[in-house]
Parts: sequence; C-alpha cells; structure tokens
Amino acid sequence: MSKKKLRLGFEGKEKTVDVQVPDGTPDPWGTDAKLDVVGKDHTRVDGVLKVTGRAKYSYDVHPEAMIFAKLLRSPHAHARVVRVDLSRAKALKGVLYTEGQEGTVVHYPGQHVAGVAAETEEILDDALRLIHVEYEVLPHVVTVDAARAEGAPPVLERRNKNVFRERGRGDGDLDATEAAHKQADVVLERTYTTQIQTHSALETHGCVCEWKDGELTIWASTQGTFSVRDSMARALDVPQKKVRTITEHMGGGFGAKFGIRYWDRFCAKAAQMTGRPVRYLLDRKEEHLVGGNRPDSRQVCKFSAKKDGTLMGADVRSWGTAGTSARAAGVFNPGIYKFRATYKETYNVLTNTTEGRAFRAPRYPQGVFALEGMLDEIAEEIGMDPLELRKKNDVHSVRLAQYEVGAKQIGWERRNERPGSGKGPLKRGIGMASGLWHHTGRRGSAVRCRVDREGSVTLSNGAQDIGTGTRTILAVLGAEELGLQPQDITVRLGNTDDPPGPASGGSTTASTLGPAARDAAWQAKQVIREAVADARGGDAGKLDFKRGKVVGAPKDLSFQQACGLLGEAVETLGRWHKGRNYPRFEEKVAGCQFAEVEVDVETGHVQVLKIVAVQDCGRVIDPLLARSQINGGVIQGLSYALYEDRVMDPGTGDMLNANLLDYKIAGSREMPEIVSIPFTVSNGINSVGMSGLGEPPTVPTAGAIANAVHNAIGARVRSLPITPDRVLQALGVI
Amino acid sequence: MAEDRNRVSRRDVLRGAGAAAFLGSIAPALQAQAKAKVAKGIARGGPGAVEVGFTINGERRKLSIEPRVTLLDALRDRLELTGTKRVCDRGSCGACTVWVDGKTCNACMMLAIDAQGAVVTTIEGLANGDRLHPIQDAFIREDALQCGFCTPGMIMSCAALHERKLRENMDSSAAPYRLSLEEVKEAISGNLCRCGTYTHIFSACLGVGR
Ligand code: FES
Ligand code: FES
Repeated sequence: MSKKKLRLGFEGKEKTVDVQVPDGTPDPWGTDAKLDVVGKDHTRVDGVLKVTGRAKYSYDVHPEAMIFAKLLRSPHAHARVVRVDLSRAKALKGVLYTEGQEGTVVHYPGQHVAGVAAETEEILDDALRLIHVEYEVLPHVVTVDAARAEGAPPVLERRNKNVFRERGRGDGDLDATEAAHKQADVVLERTYTTQIQTHSALETHGCVCEWKDGELTIWASTQGTFSVRDSMARALDVPQKKVRTITEHMGGGFGAKFGIRYWDRFCAKAAQMTGRPVRYLLDRKEEHLVGGNRPDSRQVCKFSAKKDGTLMGADVRSWGTAGTSARAAGVFNPGIYKFRATYKETYNVLTNTTEGRAFRAPRYPQGVFALEGMLDEIAEEIGMDPLELRKKNDVHSVRLAQYEVGAKQIGWERRNERPGSGKGPLKRGIGMASGLWHHTGRRGSAVRCRVDREGSVTLSNGAQDIGTGTRTILAVLGAEELGLQPQDITVRLGNTDDPPGPASGGSTTASTLGPAARDAAWQAKQVIREAVADARGGDAGKLDFKRGKVVGAPKDLSFQQACGLLGEAVETLGRWHKGRNYPRFEEKVAGCQFAEVEVDVETGHVQVLKIVAVQDCGRVIDPLLARSQINGGVIQGLSYALYEDRVMDPGTGDMLNANLLDYKIAGSREMPEIVSIPFTVSNGINSVGMSGLGEPPTVPTAGAIANAVHNAIGARVRSLPITPDRVLQALGVI
Repeated sequence: MAEDRNRVSRRDVLRGAGAAAFLGSIAPALQAQAKAKVAKGIARGGPGAVEVGFTINGERRKLSIEPRVTLLDALRDRLELTGTKRVCDRGSCGACTVWVDGKTCNACMMLAIDAQGAVVTTIEGLANGDRLHPIQDAFIREDALQCGFCTPGMIMSCAALHERKLRENMDSSAAPYRLSLEEVKEAISGNLCRCGTYTHIFSACLGVGR
C-alpha cells in the first residue's frame, strides 16, 4: 500500500482526498490526470466488421450439418395440455427429434407445449403444423385489474391468490409520512399508470448448440456468456468446463437475455440427441410473447410540500404485473429528492402473461415518470418554477451543476409561464426530469493482456459486448497505458474460455472491465520497462510510453523495439478492484433531461422537437460512444413515453400486437434533435474513475416528455404511452 | 378442445403466391408434376426444390431450393451471406434490406425464385474490395451503429439514397449533392433500430455528398 493524493470531482467543484493504493496496481486517475487517448473521440474498433456485414452474430453461425429447432406454443393463456399427438410430425421425412409436454398446464400464451428439430426450416414449419394438441381451456386473467378483481381465478394453481405484497428496505415509515403531510401546505393525490414494454432487441433470443467429444459449445445471443455456461451446465448436469459460450457480437438485449431459457435447453438437448449442431433463434412473434418485458404499474401517489417548496411527504402504493412471476413489478420513486418522510407499498400481481424481465433500469423509468409528474404538479400548485423546486430539494452536487447546463441548452426561459398558453392549434412546451443510477463493478472479473515480442497487444475477456462499445473502451484504456492507439490493440471478447467477466446488467460491464484492462496493460508495461532498462540502462520507473514510443532510456525506442527486448511474450491478468480506498465523489450517478414538444391539440399528436440529456458517467472514456449511449437511452425512453404498449386481449388472453408493425417502436420520423452531453466526473470509484452508462440515460426521458406535454397544453396526461386519444381526453375534447 | 394446426399462415400465403409464380415460369412437365404433388395434399407443403439463378454481388449463383424459401433465407442459410439480417420476417423493420436490380427491397418479403435472373446486391457487396462505400465510412465516423444489427439494412437504405442522388446530379456540373434531413428520414423510415442510432445516422448521411 502506498499513500497518494487524488483529485476528485468536476470542473468548478473539486476536492483532494488521500487514498491508499494497493501495491502492484496503477495509481488512480484524478481530475488532473494527463491522458492522451482517453477522453477523445474514437470510432468503434469493430466498426468495419459491422458496416460490411462481416461481424458474426449468434444468428449467423452455421456449423457444418446444422439443423433447426422450434417449439410449438400455446395459443391459450391458461390451459391443461390434455394430449400432444406427435405421430404425424415424427413420420415426416427430415424430422429428427420431437418432444411433447402432455399433462402440463400452460400459464401464459406462448408457453411451449411441444418441440421439433428438423433438417430445414421449411420441414420444421410443416412438422409443427402436423402436431395435434388437445387443450382443456382454463379461466385466465391477463390484466392487473382483472387479476385484482373479486373472485378472479388464480393464475397459478399452487397459489390461491394473485396479489402479493413486496417488502423492501426502502419502504419507509407510514406514520412519519402522515405526520409530514399534516405539516404541509399542499397535499396532492394522483394516480399515474405505465404500460408493459417488450424489450424487442432486433436480434431475438436463442442459440446454436454443437456437441463435440462430450463438450458443448453454445453460440448464444446473451448478455451473460458465463451465466449461460453455468446455467446450461447445471441444467444438463455436466461440469462447467465441458460447456463453452461464444458471443462474438450481439444484437441487443436491454435486460432480457441473462442465463438460459427453456428453448436453449431444448436446443442443447436436440443437438445431443441428434448428434447434429442445432439452431434455435426465436421468431419475432415468439420474441414478443416470451422474450421479456418491463412490468406495468398503477401508482397511487400522495405527495405534500410547504408553500416555500420544501418537499414533505411522499406515499406511493403501486401495483404491477410481471406475469407469472410474483416479483420485480415494483417502481422506484422518491430517492432523487429529499423528502421529510416517505412510505411505499408495492404489490406484485400475477397474470396469465409471460414473465417480466429486467429491462434497462428496471423499476426506474416508470417510477420517475410518476415522481417527476408529481413534482411538476406541486410546483404548479404552489406557483413555483418546476426547476427551482427541484434545485431546492436536490442535494446531488453533480445534478445541481447539470441543471444549469441543461436549462441553458434548452432555453428554459422559453417555457410557457402559464402552461397551455401558446396560440393556435400547435402548442409548444418545455419540461424536464431527473434521473439517478448506481456506481457498479463486479469482483472476480479479470482481463488478460498479452504483448508479444513483435509488439502486438491483445486484451481478452470472456464477457460480451452487447452493442455498448465495451470492445472499443478496453482498446482505448489499453492504448492509454501503453502509449498506443485503440486500433493497435486487439480486443477479444465473448468466449468463456477467456477470463471471467460480468453479465451486462446494472451498467456494469465497461465499468468492471475498463479498470481491469487498465490494470492488465499497466502490469504488462512494468515488465516491458524492466526489459528495456535491463538491456539499455536507465531507470525502469522513469520510462514513459507515449505515441508509440518508449522514452526515457538513453535512446528512445519504438514500442515494437521495446517489445523485442522481452525474453518472452508477456501475459498479465488485470483485475477490477473495488475502490475501497478511493472515497467516491458522490454515491450515485446523476443525470437530467429537458424536452421540448409540439402538441397538435386538434389531433392529439405529440412531436418531440428536442431533448437535451446531461449525463454523469464518471470519467468519459470515449465521448463519441458515450453520446451514442445517451442517444440510445433517450430514444428508447421517447419510444416508451409515446408509442410502445403491449396489448393483451382480455377475452382470448392472447397478445394482439406481437409484431413490429402493431407494437410501435420509434422510427426515424419520430426523432427529435438530441443534444447528448456526457458530463465528466472523476468519481474515484475505481482506478479509472469510470461508471456505467447503459441504463441511466433512459431513466428521465418519459418524465421530461410528459412534463413538456403538460407545459404545452396545460392538461396532464398521467398514463404512458401518451397517445393522441389520451391527450384529447386530458384536454376534455373526447 | 382440439387445436387445429392447419391454420393459414403468412408462409402459406407466400407459398401459394410463390407456387403460382413458379408454375407460370417453368416447363409444363415440371408444372404437372408439381400440381400433382400439391393436389395429393402431401405433408410436405408445396412442390419440391427448383433451380433458381441470380447474380449476387457480381457473381452468378445457382441454387436448388423450395419455392417457398424467401430471398432472405436463401442469402443467409444457403449462400452464407449473413450480413443481411432477419428480424421481423414480415416486412416491417428493414433489417433485411438489399438491392434487387438497383432498387431497395425487403428480402424477407420476396421469394428467392422471384429473384430469378435478377441482380442482387447485399451489404457484403457494397464495398469495393477494401474500399468502403462512402456511407459505410460515414457510419463509422459518426458512430451510427451500436449493436450493429440494424446497420446493414440501414446502410443499404442510405447508400441507395446516396446513389440515387448521385445519378440525379450526374448532368449538373455541381457533383456533390445536398440532402435534406427530411430526405434521410424518409429513406430509413422503413428501418427500425432498437439501440437508438437514428440521429447519428442522420449526421452520417448528411455529411456525405456535401
Ligand atoms: S426482416 Fe425483413 S423487414 Fe424485417
Ligand atoms: S444498432 Fe442495435 S438495433 Fe440499431
């Protein structure tokens, strides 16, 4: 351990702290770190592969003699599978494997009842049609209201009720909240609702499985290569070392792709039974039906404040459904702002729909939509500028600075002093909302750095790049340590034979692997330094790696020449260290967004004109990629705010819009101007000072848009998505 | 309750349409044979494999495939051209955009046999050897991609717009052209991106041709 000084914070607000740096690890970078490569725009290292179509996704893998698998799915939301007749399918030429789930009970539409593997996809189609299934249909409920109703049929036979209270650490204190309400000047009670959103990654779920000599290789579309390996090994009862997951490139996950699901097991099983490689990637309808979704919510909010804007009490009771799973349908509300007291009751409601899954910032966008709506309503009630109200009750130093940046960018002063006061049928308005997220990193992850005597550098880790740009970020960090450029570094990701890495959840991949990559490259640098000092003299500790050169020895060397002095290639293993000795600058990641919209009060159509997103992501490694990430979060948030909605038919229990036409996702025409501002903070969480950026930028968007709509039309839509009919209803026109 | 799996699906419709096109274009003997098979209602839907030939990325290719196979599946699973992506398989996302005789086309909505004799260009055929198409370059420069799954389709749509603009501008001495944001939005209005790259795609396109 050695004691060092570390400067933390951001421009205009810095502080110096003492930290203990473990031996054999690089000094943490503070605000004053002099960096050549980090913090500059770099294009993706896999850009050429992706624009030429040469990047291989799991879907593109085609081992010799590969066959195809698919499951037959129930059209009923709740039914007993009385009989599955596979005989005609089995008799079809080219069908190689079948299974049936006779005697089971299906609990949601799309649950599997049989499966086939066949030589071609066409034979597979034919075979599935030839399977005859007899169902005994049981009563179902597919909406929260129906499931909560008196006398509703139980969703799961083994449970006799549908509504389950979820308790958690943040539930707060009812008495204190009631007392706070009593001392307040205004108390508002409002109900906010949000819809179910399906992840709809463009690459669907699934995998290609191949057995060779008792070992299984799974090319999976996954956010967790190691979780796929481990859960598959468990499911098949084979040792983990006999299973390998490969995910070289991945077409999006957004939280729905961890571990294995039934179809993966089926695929592995079919491969085992037929001795052929098998592919099963879901089709789009299956993806909507069973891939995953963000639970919905009904949030009954009671908030109070003093006339001067001091927030007093927040009481939120929420109901939501994660389908057949009685968990994770809760919402995140207070937490951004300081209240005197808070209280919440969360109810998970079972329905005969597919299980909810983690979805980019689980619980946050829905909770923040209600929270930020309530804040705006309070501001209006007490006659205060909504931004002032937030500043008064926010204690996060980063977000307080971000408010100024965002307000200036959008032109906050242009907002309607009196909501809805614009002239004519096209009314404009401006609104804002805040967000927060957590600093994360996963212990146990490691990055290998190999430098050979020709000077080529490879960083490797077994985790995946789900599209966020992890590969590039590792290349940038490796390049920084070794005085190279990102394209000089080869980054190998997505093969579980390489060192362990995290699943991409909680915005954790880059912030775990980045510091580990830096550590690995730094260690390699020490070895090269020693080799150069041994051969050429000089002080190893004084050798510097800059712009492809090693300087400080009696004579400068190129990086390649320096590597030529190595006895053998160097291999090091860098780790992510929990910054136990590095105090964080702030405990949470801050962000805020400002939106400007135009609403046609005759048609109810909402067009978002501009969004300004100011997002803390710790140290920004590559601003170009950071802006992409922020844009992505904003666009998904916009799509959630205005369009997406899974529609279940209460009568048949089926999903009515299980396709990409009727399940509307924002497209090019819906795009506003987006100003994404990565806000760099040296936060001390790890040796790089970086945080994840996957989730935070999607948290505030819906809230900001909803508040802008209110500012435009003077009426509030408290339900997502904000569709034209809801706008017209809020206006009292229909 | 019995579940009847013999519902009509889109594939059936496609298959029907494909079979019709197929019947209209081949030798009568084969036609009769195919008809007989259809008439007997055998389990394997549709007639058997047929020969089809087209030019893909400048190369003549011949395939023996069932008439119901889409151009998309033929490219991906028979010709190992996996750059073109299958996302919706229903003409609603644009991930499978290719050029057929110079026009953009959703490869999932075209039967491979309907491409008989056509000139098809896929994402793999867009670059000139190692020299990327200007739109491909621009996509990298502006980081108009994240996971990259929509990217091939997006690029084929944008490059088609670029090529059209170049053609239109051929006679005018002002070689570079000007695009409006509206034109770009229109060009990719049939392409979905779940990661949210649209705005960077706009900058990529607007930067080319200036
Ligand atoms: S896959 Fe062809 S349009 Fe979606
Ligand atoms: S980049 Fe992922 S879908 Fe467009």
